[in-house]
Amino acid sequence: MQHVSPVREPLVTGGKTYHDVTQDISRQVEAAPNIRWMAALSVALFFLGVFFYSVYRTLWYGIGEWGLNKTVGWAWDITNFVWWVGIGHAGTLISAVLLLFRQKWRTSINRAAEAMTIFAVICAAMFPVLHMGRPWLAFWVFPLQNTYGSLWVNFNSPLLWDVFAISTYFTVSLVFWYTGLVPDFATIRDRAKGPIAKVAYSLLSMGWKGSAKHWSRYETVSLILAGVSTPLVLSVHTIVSMDFATSVVPGWHTTIFPPYFVAGAIFSGFAMVLTLMLITRVVFKLEDYITIEHIALMNKIMMVTGSIVGVAYITEFFIAWYSQVEFEQYAFINRATGPYWWAYWSMMTCNVITPQLVWIRRVRYSIPLTFVLSIIVNIGMWFERFVIIVTSLHRDYLPSSWVMFSPSIIDIGIYVGTMGLFFTLFLLFAKFFPVINMAEVKSVLKYTVDNGPTYTGHDPHLGATHQHSTHGVPASAPVNYNKHD
Amino acid sequence: MTKRFALGIFDDEDVLLHAVENVREAGVKIYEVFSPFPIHGIDDALGIERSRLPIAAFFLGMTGLAFALWLQIYTLGFDWPMIIGGKPHIALPAFIPVAFELTVFFTCHGMVITFYTISKLYPRWKTPVLDVRSTDDKFVMAIELKEGTDMGKLTQLLRNNGASEVNEKEMSKF
Repeated sequence: MQHVSPVREPLVTGGKTYHDVTQDISRQVEAAPNIRWMAALSVALFFLGVFFYSVYRTLWYGIGEWGLNKTVGWAWDITNFVWWVGIGHAGTLISAVLLLFRQKWRTSINRAAEAMTIFAVICAAMFPVLHMGRPWLAFWVFPLQNTYGSLWVNFNSPLLWDVFAISTYFTVSLVFWYTGLVPDFATIRDRAKGPIAKVAYSLLSMGWKGSAKHWSRYETVSLILAGVSTPLVLSVHTIVSMDFATSVVPGWHTTIFPPYFVAGAIFSGFAMVLTLMLITRVVFKLEDYITIEHIALMNKIMMVTGSIVGVAYITEFFIAWYSQVEFEQYAFINRATGPYWWAYWSMMTCNVITPQLVWIRRVRYSIPLTFVLSIIVNIGMWFERFVIIVTSLHRDYLPSSWVMFSPSIIDIGIYVGTMGLFFTLFLLFAKFFPVINMAEVKSVLKYTVDNGPTYTGHDPHLGATHQHSTHGVPASAPVNYNKHD
Repeated sequence: MTKRFALGIFDDEDVLLHAVENVREAGVKIYEVFSPFPIHGIDDALGIERSRLPIAAFFLGMTGLAFALWLQIYTLGFDWPMIIGGKPHIALPAFIPVAFELTVFFTCHGMVITFYTISKLYPRWKTPVLDVRSTDDKFVMAIELKEGTDMGKLTQLLRNNGASEVNEKEMSKF
């Protein structure tokens, strides 16, 4: 048994039993799609259409459809790539890092956060693949024999490291997520009424029966996957930052980039988790599982990582001055006061100033304010990448090639389109898959109460003194006594 | 082959945990326990050995690392050496990221494949279960009934240990 501090707020409110958990979470999987879901899906599908049209234009006419020019060869594509990959980081952080730290509150948000990770990485992958111009030759990024079309790949290049990092991250997140889903698919399979649902969830559940032996292995596998995913999640954005840091462009060539990017990734990821969870808990009536405490805790993580990002911004400025490299100094003066000053100050306001409001308890516990704040952070993090990429490139070493960048309609179409792709996938997930990990929530249900488990017998872990008594055995399922009830 | 089972249905995992200990002490062999979530301490109670999966994970990781180093050193150092920025052909520090990623890749996928294989988990059209409530809110202890098992005595034993129901079920191909 675990000790639960009496001051700790319960993880699940509303005095739920095991059966209630199953009911509440299976409800939206089993019910017919409601009108709000259909409306949301049609909006998402419209933007998915925008995405397909923009991709068609890009592939048919070429990269010239984008707003890039000779000086600014990387702009919205890489901005959006880094933005989406960053958003993806929160899922693995919640499911792996918080698992290792035994943070039990993660149980009700990890499923949706991992799904978000997978969909965000799919959206992110669109940008480098499309920027290749000929995506049907995308397999050239893999180490294939020279006779297969290209030379061996260059393992010294951070862009290639990215290929390995993103592919590993995506596939590992996918199997981690799926393995977690298997027991819940079994729950839905055993409740299914319709013939299609029966077969579909039977196939998805891989014949899971919940035997003790399987659970034992399942827990071992989860722990090991969490253990290796933790350095993995840190490595992914580190490698993304090396795409910039290993170059000699002023404003990019800094050793601070890896930790700064990782903090920024977690920051934006938690903002996106908050945005999605605040909507999901209301639409699917899951307020008892994703409680105000969860929101406050995620707000705190957002504030910590946001502050790290703020320190990184200021450090960059200081080092630019301290280094006495005039190119570096100009890059930073140009960021703050040059033609893109508005992007820089949007980034500063959204990422450094507004998240500090979370120090105030009322803000942390306010749902509307948290929602607004999470959107602001997402906007700010997009501007961060835009500022790093475009302001460093548009005025390079040669003043004769200084230009301005403005996105074309196709650039905007692809970016907005990936949001359509993301929300289409997320809405389908939310309808057909359980959005909360039922098995894990059930396993923490008893520890969320302050007056202990209902069974008042002796603790099996405390010693070998067995009193074989059956007194105190409850006749019904355990009740989650809640101190607020 | 058709097998017959006595199923003790429990409402609470702690009650089940005691029942497992007592039933085993009484000399009855437990076929399997089914639960909606992992029960801590049941491995010891059932006498399930500690999984050797972590050892497999270590060797899978080492395989990934060895493969990554071989791949990078062979392709860039021997098969088709190229001069890139005047750097050495075998630039080991630059090989660290890919070596790390492939170590993780092999560990994770190897682990998951091993887990599904040894647990015989694969997609099937139909999944027969002993009690459908065992994936919802009930904890099911299954005891295989052989010729001459005294069902009455077994029922009494399970009841005394807190089972809320005791059922009998026949299963073919289980």
